[in-house]
Amino acid sequence: MAHAAEHEYTTTGLSHRKMLMWVFLGSDCLFFGSLIATYMVYRGQSLVGPYPIDIIDVPLTTVSTFVLLMSSFAMVQALAATNADNKKATVIWLLATAALGAVFIGFQIYEFNAFKNEGLTLGGNLFGASFFTLTGFHGAHVTLGIIWLVAIAILAAKGRVGSKNALDVELLGLYWHFVDIVWIVIFTLLYLIGGFDVGPVIPGG
Amino acid sequence: MTTVDHKRIAVLYGVTAMILMLIAGVEAGVIRMQLSSADNDLISAARYNQMFTMHATTMVFMVIMPLSVSFFNFVVPLAIGARDVAFPRLNALSYWIFLFGAILMHMAFVVDQVPDAGWFSYANLTEKPFSINRGLDFWAIGLLVMGTASVAGGLNFVVTIINLRAPGMSMMRMPVFVWMTLITSILLVLAFPVITVGLIELTMDRNFGTHFFIPAEGGDPILWQHLFWVFGHPEVYILILPAMGIVSEVLPTFSRKPLFGYPFIVFSGIVIGIMGWAVWSHHMFTVGLGPVANSVFTITTMLIAVPTGIKIFNWIATMWKGSVEFTTAMMFALGFVALFIVGGLSGVSHAISPSDFQQQDTYYIVAHLHYVLFGGSIFGIFSGIYFWYPKITGKMLSETLGKLNFWLLFIGMNLTFFPMHFLGLNGMPRRIYTYSAEFGWENMNQIASFGYVVLFVGFVIFLVNIWQTRSSRFVSHDPWDAPGLEWSIASPPPPYNFAVIPQVEGLDQYWIMKDRAEAAGTPITEPEALVDPSTIHMPSPSYWPIFTAAGVALIGGGLLSHYALSFVGGAIAMMGVIGWGNEPPAAPSDEH
Repeated sequence: MAHAAEHEYTTTGLSHRKMLMWVFLGSDCLFFGSLIATYMVYRGQSLVGPYPIDIIDVPLTTVSTFVLLMSSFAMVQALAATNADNKKATVIWLLATAALGAVFIGFQIYEFNAFKNEGLTLGGNLFGASFFTLTGFHGAHVTLGIIWLVAIAILAAKGRVGSKNALDVELLGLYWHFVDIVWIVIFTLLYLIGGFDVGPVIPGG
Repeated sequence: MTTVDHKRIAVLYGVTAMILMLIAGVEAGVIRMQLSSADNDLISAARYNQMFTMHATTMVFMVIMPLSVSFFNFVVPLAIGARDVAFPRLNALSYWIFLFGAILMHMAFVVDQVPDAGWFSYANLTEKPFSINRGLDFWAIGLLVMGTASVAGGLNFVVTIINLRAPGMSMMRMPVFVWMTLITSILLVLAFPVITVGLIELTMDRNFGTHFFIPAEGGDPILWQHLFWVFGHPEVYILILPAMGIVSEVLPTFSRKPLFGYPFIVFSGIVIGIMGWAVWSHHMFTVGLGPVANSVFTITTMLIAVPTGIKIFNWIATMWKGSVEFTTAMMFALGFVALFIVGGLSGVSHAISPSDFQQQDTYYIVAHLHYVLFGGSIFGIFSGIYFWYPKITGKMLSETLGKLNFWLLFIGMNLTFFPMHFLGLNGMPRRIYTYSAEFGWENMNQIASFGYVVLFVGFVIFLVNIWQTRSSRFVSHDPWDAPGLEWSIASPPPPYNFAVIPQVEGLDQYWIMKDRAEAAGTPITEPEALVDPSTIHMPSPSYWPIFTAAGVALIGGGLLSHYALSFVGGAIAMMGVIGWGNEPPAAPSDEH
């Protein structure tokens, strides 16, 4: 997988896989864009509670957001270590990224449970439906990223990841940073702005 | 089963789509039989709903799209001087996911719970209270599965076209068909995620208790319409742009003249691709979005007729003073231009929102969409089949049968769909399973049903034509004296396509090469010489794509039957990906 990449001829000089990843991320933008649009359309349209103001815990999620952002830092370090052929550092930073991602997912599981206990469910109101769908799909993206990170970390521990095939780590990094950026948008819209919404908005009222 | 060769995958796509076309054609036949007389009770209203839903869904997603993808696969790598697509195994994965998705959706017939809410399945008809059986789950999950195949295919062709062109082939030296493939692929990649979200929300409404599209709970059915048509209108261009690309290859070849205004055709294609995103609400004029929205979308929709018109004028100008040769491929291309103009004009008439209020949901719309999709896409595809068949198989389709095929389809198409304009303007609504004789719609419907018979005979002639080539002789590698690089190699092409990757000097490279050879007194009569395939490193066959595809399909199948099955499918797909990652893409000897 890794070796072919070095010798392939490409028109633009960019590797096929890197271009594939960029185009895929473009596609994924539309995916999250549509989910976010659904949330925004249904903001203030829930007929029954709980409403965001009742349950959204901005300080808690600020902590988990910080953890996720730090994982991007670890990811950058992992790529730097790969380029420097530093096997030990590569493995450590990859696992650190995965661990920080896992902490974020832990927060999310805790948050979902807490919200459920406060009465927010998929079927309860539109806020619940659009909130859980959007953040759930984001969580699924993070989870896939964690699996990918661990897989590459195992390869790195076997000495199969280095500056020659740093692209493997770089692509993973592109994906990871993208998922991070999506979270920043979600955090801003669903927590910082939408988190204080009270009750239904009466049209014209 | 394990092939990753783009040419064989193209044939797989083509044959699968043709079989599905027969199924959809039979569904259309049932519809036409039912409507051929007033107050007919051949089939029930419920069955009728299933027929038109599956006819449209199959034709759009499982016939026209895969037939286009079949041409992408066969032609694009050859036309840009490449040995394969950028990701051969991903390409195989796309095909297998598509096939399994199509089978999954057709399982609906086996359990007799068939989707019945139309191809755009408007909420909230699609919600559980109004559609109690699993039909729409088959629809939504089948489309979700096939959607992943489309996105994967789209990604692959974007990268292939941008990154795998032969040296010297700048963007503005690419054949128009390759350009249209690029634009279509970008539309696929960007449009499918939107419908994916819509389908996920629909599936969640039906299975997990959410209320995205249920007004009683505050949900908004109009959101479904927006999500559907934000996808749906680019989808329309996904269906027509490949046919425009095919026609742009066929017309210059048989006019013995380069395409007139190549840059204009390319840029109008790009403009259509961009503006296709700004017209979706013209499907929703009667929803009540307000005068501002309706006016804006009227204007953008009329504007998109401009680049389309530019293309038509350029095609006509290509033939002007050319030495036109009326082969079957050329006749289908001409049929495309003529019928697409008719469909385009009726399209402009309902771009105007006040007149659309009259036409909305009538047979006028049915007439319009069949003129652009049948007269447009299908005629373009047939033109492509007759044009590239000698390259794909090395044998010619009979021109005599071909012309018969063309005239039957052309006459049958007009007999079937032209009366629908009148029916629509006389007020016959779409999707009614029968009508009273007093409305006076019976004569026109009988003409339309007779037209179907002519079309059916036309398709049979086509199949006969394919069948009879089994015993016909092999022909030259370049029977049409065509301009594209794909004609410079043997027919059928060897697995590695080009022994030596060509150096491209301009548009219509093979014409350039042939002209130069002619001027030097040594005309090209032979294809590029074959070489020992083992000297060229090609991607090795892999069973991981079909394995992974089976996993993906099982995830969908599990959602329709037992959730446990989905986890099994997920595990299989995951194993497939791991196996895939550990497998070298080419033979081990290729590693340095």
